[in-house]
Amino acid sequence: MSRGAAQGAFVVLALAALTLFPLLADAYQLQLGAKIMIWAIFAMSLDLLVGVTGLTSLGHAAFFGIGAYALLVLSPEYAPANFWLALLVAVAAAALAALIIGLLVLRTSGVYFIMVTLAFSQMLFYAAVGSKALGGSDGASIYVRPSPDLWGWAPFNLANRVHFYYVVLGALALTYMLLHRLARSLFGHVLVGIRVNAHRMEALGYPVFRYKLAAFVLAGALAGMAGLLDAAQFGNVTPELLGWRQSAQALLMVILGGMGSLSGPMLGALVLTVLQELLGDLTRHWPLPLGLVIIVASLTLPRGLSGLWARGEAPPRG
Amino acid sequence: MPDDLVFFLIQVLNGVQYGLLLFLVASGLTLVFGIMGVINLAHGSFYMMGAYIAFSLTALTGNLWIAILLGVPLAALVGFALETLLFRHLYCRDHLFQVLLTYGLILVLEELRSLAVGDDVHGIAVPKLLDFSIPLTGALSYPVYRLAMSLVCLAVATGMALLIQRTRLGMTIRAGASNREMVEVLGIDIGRIYRLVFAGGVALAAFAGMIAAPAASVYPGMGNEILIISFVVVVIGGIGSIKGAFLGSLLIGLASTFGQVYAPESAGMAVYLVMAAVLLWRPTGLFGRIS
Repeated sequence: MSRGAAQGAFVVLALAALTLFPLLADAYQLQLGAKIMIWAIFAMSLDLLVGVTGLTSLGHAAFFGIGAYALLVLSPEYAPANFWLALLVAVAAAALAALIIGLLVLRTSGVYFIMVTLAFSQMLFYAAVGSKALGGSDGASIYVRPSPDLWGWAPFNLANRVHFYYVVLGALALTYMLLHRLARSLFGHVLVGIRVNAHRMEALGYPVFRYKLAAFVLAGALAGMAGLLDAAQFGNVTPELLGWRQSAQALLMVILGGMGSLSGPMLGALVLTVLQELLGDLTRHWPLPLGLVIIVASLTLPRGLSGLWARGEAPPRG
Repeated sequence: MPDDLVFFLIQVLNGVQYGLLLFLVASGLTLVFGIMGVINLAHGSFYMMGAYIAFSLTALTGNLWIAILLGVPLAALVGFALETLLFRHLYCRDHLFQVLLTYGLILVLEELRSLAVGDDVHGIAVPKLLDFSIPLTGALSYPVYRLAMSLVCLAVATGMALLIQRTRLGMTIRAGASNREMVEVLGIDIGRIYRLVFAGGVALAAFAGMIAAPAASVYPGMGNEILIISFVVVVIGGIGSIKGAFLGSLLIGLASTFGQVYAPESAGMAVYLVMAAVLLWRPTGLFGRIS
């Protein structure tokens, strides 16, 4: 079997497993499954920057948080927001923020880029903390789930755990397809070229800055969608969703899972979220063992978990 | 002098004092990056560690001075050990893995703190010797401890500048920053220089935490807070530049203090707006080398 066919078979199997999962899962597992898939969307969007384009962002939660806050702003206190409108606004707002922030941060590179992306997400964090309308440092709750009303017809009900799970699965599948196609397009190849050697791409006549900006905006938009889903699942929107720990968590998933492939960030989201749940059941001090695992992994797994069975050199980064 | 003007001057003093304190943390961060090429997210945790060491040792010995005298070498020792165990493996690695490892280290250090001292907020009494204020007008006065903090920070900054610019060790450190291989070929043990610089950076950050403890409070989130502000300082000053870190610290200290006084609602954002403005003007910071 060729590599492409093997990969295709794997994707079909994984999709089938995810589709059948609600038949076996209890309420808690169903919720955990949806949570993992939301993290997976977020991590894949970050990987477009980190693994594909070679831009190590430590502020990607800014766009995740914007998506979550978009739902909060659109939700009336005792009535549902329209899901489709919220989705549109969340993605558009995150993309717009990514455009503005991208214009500034993409002027820098390397370690500057890490620090500056971090600083801009913190700026939004403090903006949310300082805003009474958004609930300040405690955040605010969404009491009624958004309704996917289309001219009086609702195709699903987000308050239903199983429905919500399938909606998130649909979003995950769409994100995967989009990023998969993108990786095989000219656009995707140019992004990889920028990661390996930006100067050469510039010399070949590609407007490197504009390509980077486009990737940054696309990644931000997808993160905004993930943030919206997160807010719709838990109904809690706090400044922490914009905070740097949220960004670091996604970056961890990307690196631990294996960057530059779509399966890597998804694997990272699965392993890290499950690991946290398990350790959290064992001890209140779960960050201690988790931190040790992260330290050991960073020293021993240069290609992440998915690199364990893939051979060869680590992907070059310029 | 009218009260308004005195109030303004007090804010200037506060801003400079905060800026100088920031410099102690940011200088270590920028040196470790400039010389070893390592981005260290755990640097703020050393500040937090310093404050908690000061709290524990003061509770034990009843004296902040003894706590500082014991605590600074202790922190340097921790830095020495961390360099030997972990950081030396990061020098040739991608920044990505440095971010990953040092993030893991934050989790470990925060939980060790939680296990050892708990998650409570603590305060340390200002030492008796410095526990009074200078009256300025009828209603306004300035605490001597803050003044003393500024002077100590200035002294440390001057000492560091002299060490780096005027001594043989400083010369080697600068040489190591610009060309590692050449320094090694000249028969200098660069690994030893790295350990020294790293331990020095940890000691400085911890020292900053110790002297800040009586002026503010000792709380779990203090490390991450100062880390991110220090990043802003380093970005503004230019990575690797001590001079830039000094100017950046003062700028951010003033911006943050005045933001809190005159626009408390959006105070948290003030420093980031300053950063955005500097970045628009000079993408590599005030004294950054163009990469």
